[in-house]
Amino acid sequence: MALTDERSGLGAAWFRVGPVLTVLAIVLLLWYAAAVWLNAPQVIERTLSSQPGWGALDLMRLTWSMDRPVLPAPHQIALDLFDSVFGWPLDSPRNLLYHAAVTSSATLLGFVLGTLLGAVLAVLIVHSRTLERSLFPWVIASQTVPVLAIAPIIIVIMGSMGLSGVLPKAIISMYLCFFPVAVALVKGLRSPGVLELELMHTYAASPRHTFWMLRVPASLPFLFPSLRVGIAAGLVGAIVGELPTGAQAGLGARLLTGSYYGNTVQIWSALVMSALLGLFLTGCVAAAERWLTPGGRR
Amino acid sequence: MISSLQSLPLSSPSPATVEVQGVSVVYPAKENTVTALDQVSLSIREGEFVSLIGPSGCGKTTLLRVIADLEQVSSGSVQVNGLSARDARLARAYGYVFQAPALFPWRTVLANVCLPLEIHGLSKAQAKATALEHLERVGLKGFEGKYPWQLSGGMQQRVSIARALGFEPKLLMMDEPFGALDEITRDRLNEQLLRLWEREKRTVVFVTHSIPEAVFLSSRIVVMSPRPGRIVEVIESGLPADRTLDIRDTPQFTAIAHRVRVALQDGHGAH
Amino acid sequence: MSMAWRIPLLALLLALAVLSVRRLAALDEHSLVGRLGTPLLFGAWLLLFWQLLVDAFEVPRVLLPAPSLIWQSLLAGAGVLLGDFVQTVLHSALIGWAAGCTLGFITGVLIDRSPFLQRGLLPLAALASTVPLIGIAPIMVMWFGFDWHSKAAVVVVMTFFPMLVNTLAGLAESGHMERDLMRSYGAGYWRTLIALRLPVALPFVFNALKINSTLAMIGAIVAEFFGSPVAGLGFRISTEAARLNMGLVWAAIVVAALSGSLFYGLLGWAERRATFWHPSIRTHV
Repeated sequence: MALTDERSGLGAAWFRVGPVLTVLAIVLLLWYAAAVWLNAPQVIERTLSSQPGWGALDLMRLTWSMDRPVLPAPHQIALDLFDSVFGWPLDSPRNLLYHAAVTSSATLLGFVLGTLLGAVLAVLIVHSRTLERSLFPWVIASQTVPVLAIAPIIIVIMGSMGLSGVLPKAIISMYLCFFPVAVALVKGLRSPGVLELELMHTYAASPRHTFWMLRVPASLPFLFPSLRVGIAAGLVGAIVGELPTGAQAGLGARLLTGSYYGNTVQIWSALVMSALLGLFLTGCVAAAERWLTPGGRR
Repeated sequence: MISSLQSLPLSSPSPATVEVQGVSVVYPAKENTVTALDQVSLSIREGEFVSLIGPSGCGKTTLLRVIADLEQVSSGSVQVNGLSARDARLARAYGYVFQAPALFPWRTVLANVCLPLEIHGLSKAQAKATALEHLERVGLKGFEGKYPWQLSGGMQQRVSIARALGFEPKLLMMDEPFGALDEITRDRLNEQLLRLWEREKRTVVFVTHSIPEAVFLSSRIVVMSPRPGRIVEVIESGLPADRTLDIRDTPQFTAIAHRVRVALQDGHGAH
Repeated sequence: MSMAWRIPLLALLLALAVLSVRRLAALDEHSLVGRLGTPLLFGAWLLLFWQLLVDAFEVPRVLLPAPSLIWQSLLAGAGVLLGDFVQTVLHSALIGWAAGCTLGFITGVLIDRSPFLQRGLLPLAALASTVPLIGIAPIMVMWFGFDWHSKAAVVVVMTFFPMLVNTLAGLAESGHMERDLMRSYGAGYWRTLIALRLPVALPFVFNALKINSTLAMIGAIVAEFFGSPVAGLGFRISTEAARLNMGLVWAAIVVAALSGSLFYGLLGWAERRATFWHPSIRTHV
């Protein structure tokens, strides 16, 4: 039975957006319920036990407006975010955007460096059989290794060389972007089949021609997904890089200080801001991909 | 010319195994609806070998799938052994052979043939014994332990036939089963299938777009026209039962093939 | 050895290294010695040069300790590192991985029949892959305490979505013909699921299991950077790095790297056995 999805207008919109909205609505509902459930013991012990005749409404009101809740209610997080972003100047450490900027500067620097390095290595590997046989297996194997574990070492090494701030974090990000980009580019540059290569051969094309006119365009569909993975990994790297030395600025630092002082709402706000930053950065890469891919076909 | 069904001669009132009455299958689409089958009626008696032949898009596969309850009709009725198509499927009244072997690569040849038997509810031992027997009948004794990808295309398709025959259905439906094979293998399998049919006298509905194949195998040939699918003509074969591949060089064979060809062109020309 | 001899000797060794690696790399595609030996030889030369250069130029330990020092630290700290291994790899990573993958798989099977829920959850899964999920570590510590349970919780969240996405993709993968075949047998939903759709989904499930093994190791180790009791590889790395005890730090990293590779390798072996029938495994020699 053929069924072509020819919903129009409102029907089409609901088809695409409806399920996500429904799931989000369910998540919000469960969140509010969980907030009541998790915060109730503290609220009851501190406030309500001294107020006879309290009811469910009192419980809800109080559990959703605690100073240091076990689980903050969504609106608390939203308010805190709003206050932080709009209530303080952009260069104040009280403004989450300031921290987001710190983290993203390290991420972007690392991302650019890692992509360039990965590209250079990929080109070398594709053109040198020796490197392909000796080095590339290690690059692939390193993907199974928790590379992020070396973050503290990098901070310490660079600290002993007198370098701190953006650079160590960028190095960690670079390291994380490098692997997916290198592996994907090698695959992509090698993707043209025997048929296409023989075609170039009949045109007496030089290796450089073959590289720029065949291999590079063929590698783009492999490159872009890896760029998205790379920037997400780079963001994680930058955040983790802010942890070991107790840095003062950046989203990772905010998460850490929040956990030290038990300020749950601060932690959640920083988390949401990290999520938004991750979405934003990945979205930028996806937009660049759409812009750079002719014909729109992935 | 387009004519409707050929009803059974009154002298042999055996009940129809498959009864298709005024079946239409229409797919709704954006611009124009697509009519795959247009008021098709057909009766198939027990023990017949009926071929459905026609150009691509004439609805022969759709007709087969409708009988097998793999597609829904827009109007009309289908009865198999007196049951509705759906009930017949649930009662496992037929075996179906697809265009490709559709074997499960994680099962050995034997396990593949056992699949429908297990679903049927046979015990492991019973299923195994039945499966081995059927594999022998299609000439694949000794290959039970192999995996599908270790066999040639023709052998895989034979496994698929053994699987379809496993629970001894009275009705066998085959959708261009030999289409993907080379001609030599195809000839051999045609002959094997004919011998099988003679031995076991099952009812077979066979879709093909090869005229020699249709004429060689069938007792009746149903010629269909391109979309919208209609039956153009039904041709009784009349070839002797114990025929071999050599019969393809006889004038009797050529005459029937000629009739089929003319009917095909008629059906094509009418649009 | 005097300075004058070092440079020519190193140059000679370098030439030898390059020549030997190139020789091995030039061996035939099918030669096992060529395929396995080249990276191994390359790695061996790298280790040798690492050791020699660190000794020759007296590189400070903080910057890069010699392999010999790392080996000594490994042996000396074996007991401590074993405890860390159990804490991080066996408890946090493995248990979290198993729980997260199971949850993701079950969820995938459950929403297989609801395209509506699939359309709702898949965008969320895509979102989750761009978000630094590791950030929930401090919250998990608040809920589950400092011990490995909170780290395992982080791993569960990190591994859930990749498994969900891959399970759904795998369940959609069975062909029309095969599904029609099961219909022609009158097989119901669950029968078809078990006999056809789950085996077809297996390569996808294994893909997710492997991806998740790496995520689990990262999650378990990095979650410990946020706060941990007195054991764990992540804890070891961050605290010993702060104390500039680089030998032990590198030894811990070696343990983490080997664990990660072993985990992945075991899964790869299991995958080859369970999905022996899949074209990608069959043609891979």
